[in-house]
Amino acid sequence: MCTLEKRGNLFLLTLTGDNEHRFNPDAIATILSLLGQAKSQAKRGSVLITTGHGKFFSNGFDLAWAQASGSLTGAAERLHQMVESFKPVVAALLDLPMPTIAALNGHAAAAGMMLALSHDYIFMRKDRGVLYMSEVDIGLSMPDYFAAMVRSKIGTSAARREVLLSGKKIRGEAVALGIVDSAAHDSAEGVVEATVSLAEKLAAKKWNGDVYASIRKSLYPELCEILGLKATIFATPKL
Amino acid sequence: MCTLEKRGDLFLLTLTGDDEHRFHPDTISSVLSLLEQAKSQSTRGSVLITTAHGKFFSNGFDLAWAQAAGSQTGAVNRMHQMVESFKPVIAALFDLPMPTIAALNGHAAASGLMFALSHDYVFMRNDRGVLYMSEVDLGLPLPDYFAAMFAAKIGTSIARRELLLSGKKIKGEEAVALGIVDSAAHDSVEGVVDATVSLGQSLAAKKWNGEVYASIRKSLYPGLCAMLSLTAKIAASP
Repeated sequence: MCTLEKRGNLFLLTLTGDNEHRFNPDAIATILSLLGQAKSQAKRGSVLITTGHGKFFSNGFDLAWAQASGSLTGAAERLHQMVESFKPVVAALLDLPMPTIAALNGHAAAAGMMLALSHDYIFMRKDRGVLYMSEVDIGLSMPDYFAAMVRSKIGTSAARREVLLSGKKIRGEAVALGIVDSAAHDSAEGVVEATVSLAEKLAAKKWNGDVYASIRKSLYPELCEILGLKATIFATPKL
Repeated sequence: MCTLEKRGDLFLLTLTGDDEHRFHPDTISSVLSLLEQAKSQSTRGSVLITTAHGKFFSNGFDLAWAQAAGSQTGAVNRMHQMVESFKPVIAALFDLPMPTIAALNGHAAASGLMFALSHDYVFMRNDRGVLYMSEVDLGLPLPDYFAAMFAAKIGTSIARRELLLSGKKIKGEEAVALGIVDSAAHDSVEGVVDATVSLGQSLAAKKWNGEVYASIRKSLYPGLCAMLSLTAKIAASP
């Protein structure tokens, strides 16, 4: 379902299997646990890269699992359960004491796009994969922390409208819209290599991870408040 | 250390001396006192230009003075003192009843960059000088009003990340592309100061009511102003 490997300074979190990597309670719990592991093993120079196998980075919550509850109320409850339990995954990424990079092997939609946006850097492929906030098309309103993420991370009003209110499947224009950092890569291997290259440069800085996370959180105070994350730390400065 | 001159409508605040113009309790008080002077002498059409001599605009807080305290606790206290006493300088700039322009003669780092960003307009050189938020490299978390400044003044998430989480030394051209400064087209100190004087004169010609200008400016940055204890309302008769 997902794995965490260590390659030197780099932690590689991979959503495995050639499926849509939908977030159901089990997948969510596993990711959270692996992020906890990365955090506990973090040291100066650690960097996280998150990627997936196959056509999808992640296609969002497991709506089929929600519907399998058999009733409308049951489905709404299951969806609510996934929305609530995914919040700590986003919080864990914003809190992670190391730079984070999402290497999009394929499509990132809804909660899958949230997972990508929770990283400091996002690289996409130019040959495959779209970003898609499906909620407006499916008729689902936005959880509070999703909206806060989009407000915090996507700079212009026009870009936010394109992402949330147009139902568009966004490709390379994601760079121009300021959503991703790069969409210049020709294959899954290409995008992963590019992120490894960036990660090595960041790792070489040997930053204090707690300070890095503190500065990161101070960039997103509104989102952190919704996620229950505090931005204060007591690092002793290297004076 | 720093001087305030008047040239017609323009107030020119200069950090003098060929050093790093680090902010230390004495410099901070001098700058604050000169800003208060400018405020008390302001009239319709006043404009402030802030610049410096030498290779640095300002390289931030005086960390050497902090370390000279002799102990870890002493150093942290001194840092805290500088962080707290610098807040009124930022507040004074946001409150200044006239347009403000920073003419960066050279490098602006950490609180030096905060000082620059507290101005309405920032011009850099394209031949010299970088913008650098050193905190991530030094292992220092950001004071709350620093983070609020960046959130308020730097529009895109990517630009904020580049500035705060990459340890990059950002040159003029990139700073313009990231929307951090207004212009980096100037080839020398004289070039950048001339350009700001030129802008200053066109703003002065508007003969704006300074209190209203300051009130409108503060209304753009409500979060930051709240943190700086600045109220945005005034009672100007239009």
